[in-house]
Amino acid sequence: MQKERIVGTSVLRKEGIAKVRGAARYIDDTSFPGMIFGATVRSAIPRGRILNIKFDDGIPWNEFTIVSAKDIPGENTIALINRDWPCLASEFINHPEEPILLLGHSDRHLLTKAVNAVRVEYEVLPSIHSIEESEWGDIIVWGENNVFKSFQINKGDVDGTWAKADFIVEGEYTTGAQEHLYIENNGVIADFTPDTGLTIWGSMQCPFYVHKSLLAISALPEDKVRIIQVETGGAFGGKEDYPSMIGAHAALLAMKAQRPVKIVYDRMEDMVATTKRHPSRTRIRTAVTKDGKLLGADIEFTLDGGAYSTLSPTVLSRGTIHAGGPYFWPNIRVRSKAFATSCPPHGAFRGFGAPQSLFAMERHMDRVANALGLPPEELRRRNFLSQGLTTATGQEIREAVDLDHLLARAFELSDYQSKRERFNRDNPTAKKKKGIGFAAFLHGAGFTGSGERYLNSVAAMDGTPDGRLRVLVSSTEFGQGTNTILCQIAAETLGIDYDAVEIAPPDTSVVPNSGPTVASRTTMIVGKLVHSAALGLRQTLQSGGLLGTRWTTEEFCAAVRTHVARYGSLRSDSRYEAPAYVYWDDEKYSGDAYPAFAWAVYVAEITLDTVSYGVTVDDFVAVQEVGRVLNPVLATGQIEGGIAQGIGYALYEKVQWDRGRMANGQMTNYIIPTSQDIPSMKIYFEELPFASGAFGAKGIGELPMDGPAPAILNAVSFAAGKDFNAIPLMAEDICASLSAKSVSEEAVAV
Amino acid sequence: MSLGSFSLRINGENRVVEAYPMERLLDILREHLGLIGTKEGCGEGECGACSVLINGELVNSCLIPVAQADGAEITTIEGVANGEDLHPAQKAFLACGGAQCGMCTPGMIVATVNLLNKHPHPTAEQIREGLNGNLCRCTGYMRIFQAVEEAARTGSEK
Repeated sequence: MQKERIVGTSVLRKEGIAKVRGAARYIDDTSFPGMIFGATVRSAIPRGRILNIKFDDGIPWNEFTIVSAKDIPGENTIALINRDWPCLASEFINHPEEPILLLGHSDRHLLTKAVNAVRVEYEVLPSIHSIEESEWGDIIVWGENNVFKSFQINKGDVDGTWAKADFIVEGEYTTGAQEHLYIENNGVIADFTPDTGLTIWGSMQCPFYVHKSLLAISALPEDKVRIIQVETGGAFGGKEDYPSMIGAHAALLAMKAQRPVKIVYDRMEDMVATTKRHPSRTRIRTAVTKDGKLLGADIEFTLDGGAYSTLSPTVLSRGTIHAGGPYFWPNIRVRSKAFATSCPPHGAFRGFGAPQSLFAMERHMDRVANALGLPPEELRRRNFLSQGLTTATGQEIREAVDLDHLLARAFELSDYQSKRERFNRDNPTAKKKKGIGFAAFLHGAGFTGSGERYLNSVAAMDGTPDGRLRVLVSSTEFGQGTNTILCQIAAETLGIDYDAVEIAPPDTSVVPNSGPTVASRTTMIVGKLVHSAALGLRQTLQSGGLLGTRWTTEEFCAAVRTHVARYGSLRSDSRYEAPAYVYWDDEKYSGDAYPAFAWAVYVAEITLDTVSYGVTVDDFVAVQEVGRVLNPVLATGQIEGGIAQGIGYALYEKVQWDRGRMANGQMTNYIIPTSQDIPSMKIYFEELPFASGAFGAKGIGELPMDGPAPAILNAVSFAAGKDFNAIPLMAEDICASLSAKSVSEEAVAV
Repeated sequence: MSLGSFSLRINGENRVVEAYPMERLLDILREHLGLIGTKEGCGEGECGACSVLINGELVNSCLIPVAQADGAEITTIEGVANGEDLHPAQKAFLACGGAQCGMCTPGMIVATVNLLNKHPHPTAEQIREGLNGNLCRCTGYMRIFQAVEEAARTGSEK
């Protein structure tokens, strides 16, 4: 086989030059003649009924386009999994900042005044603001019991393990909401003419999700709704579902005003009104032998889903499947529920439920080790999943994964053992206590269970009359490197230069539906489709006699030109086919949950200042196995960025809730890590090519979100000599805990 | 308040704008002058996406009323490259992976140019400090630090 020339090298980002010049055009950099602006009137209460809407004097209301739920031609719903999320509230309000009315005007400053001059009168209804309140069921805010979705995984006989256990260790772990804080807020432009139909340009991850929602709302035929993704300034899951909402709003205004309409949120509107990471509570009860063998686990995993179900069922699913961590459990039961509360719906955020349940498991493993008197790494070593063993869902590990090796490598690179000993020795007398901790984890790449089969994705490649090669996918670029990686795969497969391949703009009227850009699936799944499409295109040229057995880029492009001139077009499509071994039972929630897992061990070193109660992360080592690394610079950037978000998740980012509304919806009071808060990071990849991924690649994007929080909290708990089981862990929490009298251990010997 | 006339020297060119004195310099750049490379991230001076240089000082253009910039020398991201020729900082951001989604990138590069003007060979601590007003949510800053070091190296070779 010819040596690969492009895959595995750090070619430059396709759209990189435009980005460093400041020439890349994001949605707010675009405008159209006659365009007006849109703004949203939102609810001021968490729950109630709209009684009346009044328009104050002093605003020239006749100049405004005003849209209410009555103006929706189709269904008043954002079509995701269920159809419970209204596009505009018509009567009932279920969370603060719920959209009620849309206003359109050419003067943005006047729009702001107008929004404040709309008075909505409500009948206030009781609301609920925690998982516990929702669970109690005294107040029902959704369906019959406030439960959006529940799952149960059963493997073996958990109840039979308690009597055999030497130790039973229990714990409760909680995680808070997290704001995506992409630097570019949500924004779209919509245009409508009866002839061409509806076109939406926007900042988004999933053009075909927006397409589906807009079909339902506009009641237009499929070919009269066109969605175009423009340069997108960060997403992290935050632009998976919400672009359907803001897109629908702009569309409704455009249809009524008969003019192009731009809606771009300001930072506060984006923070208070759009989705966040689901807060969670996990309770774990484990049975263990005295020599550290895990016998069984009973896990109860719960999410706060906010007021509407949106993506909660699938976030819950991923969190449920990851709850057992990278360990072999002969017996495990995971019961999970996503509850409704009276805050804006929580949605997709990098990791998608896994960071929550893995945080719980990795904190718990340290506590089990403590209870047994074993080093935390030893407990893990004795229970790691490896080839031939099965996960909680009964999925057999087919790859030669070697977590022992990842652990050993991470310890060596971080000098874990000697630091741990030194810190143990020095901490008792130190005001600034040092800690070092780690987390071992896995992340499933691609859609869960039968998801990829249902998605039935298609990718294509075509040749243009002037001999250029284009990748046609709906997979979007929002910083992760989609454009670059997919072009690398195509160029490598075609045997031509990277610069000779480009990616078509994601426009639903041009590209096939290669599925949403989520779930760490783009490189592994869509990349593989691009690979097949490129092979098909090459074979077409070869079988037509236009290409020999060896060629230069120029010869290849000439063959493309000849083919297009002769036959009118050159295109090759490739549709997803599940690997034959993948079996999933949706009823029993068992089988092959993911085509592949990425594996990792992360080590965090921290300083805990016992005077200020502040924690700083001093050093971070991340060792992972993600299959083949197709672009080292991009891959490393993904890991580093994920770690930074994970550090924020653990120590900085606290959403302050005030009856369901984010009270700190500004960058001044919701704090993300700055250049001075980030430790030095050492990132290492162990490469184990995955047979079913493009050139051996698996998913990368979400993995690094899972490890930092538990590694950091393990380090802080070690430094403090006290358990911290909740994130975000703020200085005031540490102060309260360290000043309180010690509480009795939850672990009991039996 | 009534419209006024303000003279700005932007990226070496004299420009006169008719604007309200309290209009944000950010809006003047983006909307009056079409210089869309300067971005808005937060509108309250926290994120640095709107960073520009005014008389050689790094500022958040969302906090500057145009009246305050009257007569000033302003450098935006569009003025960083020398025509087609990228500035060493731009080349380094590209090569090192310092730009991901690209939204913080213009401000980050302007801040880097400022940093390198003040410290042609910055220490790691000077880099962290020099960029602490520019938030990036994608990179975790490591590739950006590398890019600054690379730019310091390549810039001084000239």
